Formats: sequence, C-alpha cells, structure tokens
Amino acid sequence: MTATMGTIRHHLTDETLLAYSAGTLPEAFALVAASHLSLCDECRARLGAFEAVGGATLTSVGTAEMGDASLERTLAMIRGTPGDPDPAPRRSAGTLPIPLSDYVGGDVDAIRWRPVGGGVRQMVLKTGDEATARLLYIPAGEAVPEHTHGGMELTMVLSGAFSDEVDRFGPGDVETADPTIQHQPIAEPGAPCICLAATDSRLRFRSWIPRLLGPIIGI
Amino acid sequence: MPSAETMEENWVGHIRRIHHDKDEAAFAELFRHFAPRVKAFLIRSGADAALAEECTQDVMATLWRKAHMFDPSRASVATWIYTIARNRRIDVLRRQRRPEPEDLPWGPEHEPDQADVIAMQQEAERLGQAIAELPQKQRDLLARAFYGELSHSEIAAETGLPLGTIKSRIRLALDRLRHAMG
Repeated sequence: MTATMGTIRHHLTDETLLAYSAGTLPEAFALVAASHLSLCDECRARLGAFEAVGGATLTSVGTAEMGDASLERTLAMIRGTPGDPDPAPRRSAGTLPIPLSDYVGGDVDAIRWRPVGGGVRQMVLKTGDEATARLLYIPAGEAVPEHTHGGMELTMVLSGAFSDEVDRFGPGDVETADPTIQHQPIAEPGAPCICLAATDSRLRFRSWIPRLLGPIIGI
Repeated sequence: MPSAETMEENWVGHIRRIHHDKDEAAFAELFRHFAPRVKAFLIRSGADAALAEECTQDVMATLWRKAHMFDPSRASVATWIYTIARNRRIDVLRRQRRPEPEDLPWGPEHEPDQADVIAMQQEAERLGQAIAELPQKQRDLLARAFYGELSHSEIAAETGLPLGTIKSRIRLALDRLRHAMG
C-alpha cells in the first residue's frame, strides 16, 4: 500500500520545515522533507507559509548596490531566450516519490539492497556528507536493532508500516527522533516495511554486538 | 505614492507582463527593486560581492524564463524570488543538490481566481507588516534564520506571526489545483 492524501498522521515538524524553507537543512534531511511534501499538501501549505516569511524578510532587510551595467548585462542574457518549457508533470506512478526515485535511479525494483544482518537490508544514497540518507528494508515482523541517536533522525515510511515505543507509522508518515529517543522500530506482520531514514551522526546501538558492527555496516 | 498593498499586487502584474508580452520595461522595474535585495541576501549568506552580483543576475534571468510558472494564488512575488535566490545559494554556496517535491503543474487552463490572488497578496503584505512590527531582536533572529546564518538545529519556529491564514490560503489553492487536475 502506498500513501494517499489524507492517510498521513505524522508530519514534518515546524523546525524541519523552517530549515527546509531557509535552505539550511542538510541534503539527506531535505530528501526526506521533499519526499514527504510530495505526498502531503498540509505540509506543503505550511512550507509555503514559512517561505512567505523568507520573502518578507527579503523585502525588509537591506540592499546592496548592483553594478552599473548589471541590468543591461541581464537583459542581454534573456533577450531572445524563450521561456523554459513547462516542466513535465513530476508525479510518481510508483512507490517512491519522485525526489527519492531521482536518487535511487528508478522505483523500488531499482534499489540495490545490501544485507546488514537479521534480514534487514539497506541502500545508502549519495548526498552531501553533513548527514546520511539510506533506504531500509525490514522484513515483516522483524526489528531494526535498538538504537539511540547522537543527533537527529528522520524516518519516512514508503511502504508497509512499523511501530516503536512512540507510535505506529504507516506510508507517508515521518518519525522525527532526537538524541533523547531510544527506539526499536518493528515492521508490522504481513508485509515488509521499506523506509527512508536520514541521520546526522552515526547511530549508536545499545547492545555490544551491533555496536561493534555499527562502524562496519555504516548504519 | 501607492500603498505597499497595491505594490504587491502590481508586482504580480509585472510578472504577468513578462510572461505574456516579454515586457522588458516591467523586467527592468522588477530588477531595480529586487536585484539589490537579492544581492544583499547573497552577500549576507557568505558570497563575496562579485559572486553575489553574478548570482543575482542569474536569479533575475531565471525569473524571466520561469515567469509562466509563477502562481500568485500561492505566493507573493517577493516570496517566489526568495525561493529562486535560496535555491541558487544552495547550489553555489553550499554546493549541494536540493531535493524538490513533486510538482503540481498549473498552466493557462488553471488560471487562478483573481479574488484568490488578491487575498494571497494581501496576506503576504500583512505578514510583512507584522514582521516590521516585531521587536528588533526577534526580527534579527528571523533574518539570520532565512539568510542562512543559523544551522538547522538552531532554528526554532517564531510565534505570533499571522502564518495560519497564509497556510489556509495556500491549502485552498492546492485543493483547487488538485481538483482541476482531476
């Protein structure tokens, strides 16, 4: 099952949307935000409100004089250039929202999974190095090893569902976990759970075996 | 002297003239007003003057090329220009890709309702007013957040701004778009 408008219960936080609207969110987190925004008009409207603050700030704070020839130079750039073509509608027909399939290079069947133990698989996506984005495949009924965070973690469900100490998360839902949250997501029985997770520092596993594995598997 | 409110609506007219008539005079007026603001924004975000000048020209040229994609029922002209300048800053200064949400395409066939456009532009004007009335300290903090001087973990939402009504306006515009798209 994929997300449909109106079934999403867990949204992006104000802090995340504000940082995305300000352009200060690391790329991996921005990828989660753009993926959720593709499915959620409520968050899209909230983002628009924050961007309106950015626009108002632009008009109210300062000016820097442009060079004498700058207008002429810009006119020379645009003169005779046709407008950009209307963008092809970017709407996903598959399971992955388009911003995400752009990073994967296709839909779910194009994901190059690597095992990380316990039936759990992952694919690390290439983003700027301030934070890491990865797709996770959790078999039905299985758990991701219990972990705490050195920093922030955003997790968005793409298909299936998981539950943890906080709540149940279904398609389109985003869980925002800060360093104080210790959780163990467990995929619901019946179907595997595929999600997108972004972290801004290495996850810390609680028991010693995964902690040894942590640096090796890069989770 | 026209009120600021009429001014916001006028800028929408400028974008329309660029879209429909390739009107260079309208472009020149927009340029004179917004280019120095975009340049100041980019300098404050860490660009040197030469780079800021070059990027500002790119931003204004983008506005010309994408004029037909501006939806005045969802944003003011200042907000639209802000998002173009912000994206340019991410490309050039932060050297990162910016993942963008799926588009909600709109074209001449979904020309937004004039009443929605005016209401949106007036909301944006009200927001500008509310920001101007904030205590200096809060206003500085807002500017620092949007000028990229705060890290994402330092940014916290401001309260007391009339954002709820803007959100509802945009939500309404999105609902109409979805409806028009079937």
